[in-house]
Amino acid sequence: MTTVPAEPHRRELNVRRLLADNPAVVLTFVLVALFVATDIINRAQGQGAFLTAQQVSTTFLYAAILGLIAAGQTLVMLTGGVDLSVATTATAGAFMVSSYGNDGAGAAIVIALGVGLAIGLVNGIGVAIFRVNPLIMTLGVSTITLGLLTIYIQHRFTSLVPHFVATLGSARFLTYVPYNLLVWAPIAALIILGLRYSGIGRMIYAVGDNPEACRLAGVRVWQVQIFVYVVCGMLSALAGVLLVGFNDAADLGIGAPFLLPSVAAVVIGGTSIFGGYGGYGGTILGALILTVLDSLLVILNASAATRQIVYGLIVLALAALYARIILTSE
Amino acid sequence: MSTTTADTSVAGRGMDWRRLGRRHGWTVGLFLLLVAMVLYWRSSTVLPWGTFDVQSLSTDAMPLAFAAMGQAIVIISGGIDLSIGSLMSLVNVLAAKYMVTDLTSVTPRSFQHAIVVSILLIAFGFLAGALTGLIIHFTKVADIIVTLAMLFVWAGVALAVLEVPGGGAPTDFTTLVTTDTVLTGWLPKALVFLLGAYSVIWLTIRWRRPGLSLYAIGSNRPRAYLSGINVPLTRVMAYALSGTFAALGGLALTAASSIGDPHAGDIYTLNSVAAVVLGGVSLLGGVGGLIGPLMGAFVLTLIKTILAIKGVDQNWSQVIQGTIIVLVVMVGGLAIRQKGKSG
Repeated sequence: MTTVPAEPHRRELNVRRLLADNPAVVLTFVLVALFVATDIINRAQGQGAFLTAQQVSTTFLYAAILGLIAAGQTLVMLTGGVDLSVATTATAGAFMVSSYGNDGAGAAIVIALGVGLAIGLVNGIGVAIFRVNPLIMTLGVSTITLGLLTIYIQHRFTSLVPHFVATLGSARFLTYVPYNLLVWAPIAALIILGLRYSGIGRMIYAVGDNPEACRLAGVRVWQVQIFVYVVCGMLSALAGVLLVGFNDAADLGIGAPFLLPSVAAVVIGGTSIFGGYGGYGGTILGALILTVLDSLLVILNASAATRQIVYGLIVLALAALYARIILTSE
Repeated sequence: MSTTTADTSVAGRGMDWRRLGRRHGWTVGLFLLLVAMVLYWRSSTVLPWGTFDVQSLSTDAMPLAFAAMGQAIVIISGGIDLSIGSLMSLVNVLAAKYMVTDLTSVTPRSFQHAIVVSILLIAFGFLAGALTGLIIHFTKVADIIVTLAMLFVWAGVALAVLEVPGGGAPTDFTTLVTTDTVLTGWLPKALVFLLGAYSVIWLTIRWRRPGLSLYAIGSNRPRAYLSGINVPLTRVMAYALSGTFAALGGLALTAASSIGDPHAGDIYTLNSVAAVVLGGVSLLGGVGGLIGPLMGAFVLTLIKTILAIKGVDQNWSQVIQGTIIVLVVMVGGLAIRQKGKSG
């Protein structure tokens, strides 16, 4: 009976705990709020509703590419690293598909994934075996890759994007379901379940949490690190395949706009940049939030300058909000 | 280097060599590399190598050298500043815009006016950096994320100031960086400005409380806090100094190119980190100095110059430069590993 006055306080604490334990709740709320805000603004401008099945479908279509790149980024960041070569890897994937398009879509995609694997392997070896700081290693590899790509396109004619890839990247079935969801959804499920239940999944968290303890416990830390960079490279290349299917042509700057959003999506999704904490579920919401935000800025007819500023401020605000929730729950 | 050897002479003589080697071996090695590269460069030029080459190298390396020094301060304090490049772009376009009477005719204003604009922009850089530091402190968000967000913000503002490359600067102002020399032709003013900024901004604090606090919070933040160091203030100072150097770098860009370009600074965020690592500063914080990154910037610039002289295609040059950076840090990583095993 004496606890009655304390009741509201405790309830508030519980809400905070809930938010801290399930960042997905907050993120879903932010996502829905953004959607509603976009809807209201769109109506106010006399352009009709935004919250339609068609627009939701389009959001997923756009978000799949960022979602795949951010998937690899999530895995890498869970081990305490970061991969700044994802955008260039996606560009490389896009180029491979468009230049080997005549050899058939299947072969082209395999080559693209192979290139992603190779880039990831180089990153992984540098970080895991030579202990190079991931920031530097992946940036260096990105510079090298971009240079090689520039030389490559001077020597090889890039043909058209195979029809299959174009369909996969831009078309929808059953009116509303983008084909690229057929790629993204299974991979997302595999990553979420894999992180939770598989041995390598648990190992990724362990390495991110305390690599030294892992090493002493007999974990081959370098194998786990190489694994995440290789997977990240392949997922980025795959995103590049979808991207070129969407754009219908590859250019050297095709992947660049996804670099910082990929990191932002992971951070917004609640994965710690120091590793060991977070997951892919949050990243998916982060990717969707950033995509809706982008649509909102387009609807507002914001200039490139304003869009960049707002983008930066919102990433900052969400990260700050998130940090606040985590800190107050402790 | 003469500055960093001062502390070791205080202790006994016999055992100092190992400590000296451990602390300054990398810097000395980098200096030897730089000397070797300059000699190679000298031997491979077709035209006689002379004062002009020294001047053009100093001018080319200046923006990166400023960026590297700013980045080094933040990295020593245990952070990272990804916003350096776009802050440089912003200062670059602001300078180019306000050093001319109007953007259409591009008539430069007076030299005095340019100097006033420069001083204001350096103050702006200091405040912009301090703002970043304050945001990091108050939001408790990781450095890398806040500065990533600021990268977007400053880049956006730069685009708003000047959407396409334009503007200009008075000739007296640009020659400060491009052709002016002090006493002898071998000492370009660009180099004097670099060393001047190093002395005025860094040497005045390095061995005093603020400088030591920077190293302390970079090497062990909880212990620094327990030793009574004002951690938030020191972090804000680190970013403010970084912003100051970014502003200097932006002004150097304006003077070197006599034009404002909202994307001019883009490459410097990453290259500054590379120069810092090459300069022997640990990305974990608390280790290194500013002379290393300064030389690192010259080494990176010289690689580009030499490749251009050799007639290497610009794209291959990018590949080679990237490979060299990666190999250098790989060797550095191995060296740290070996030291860890033996010690």
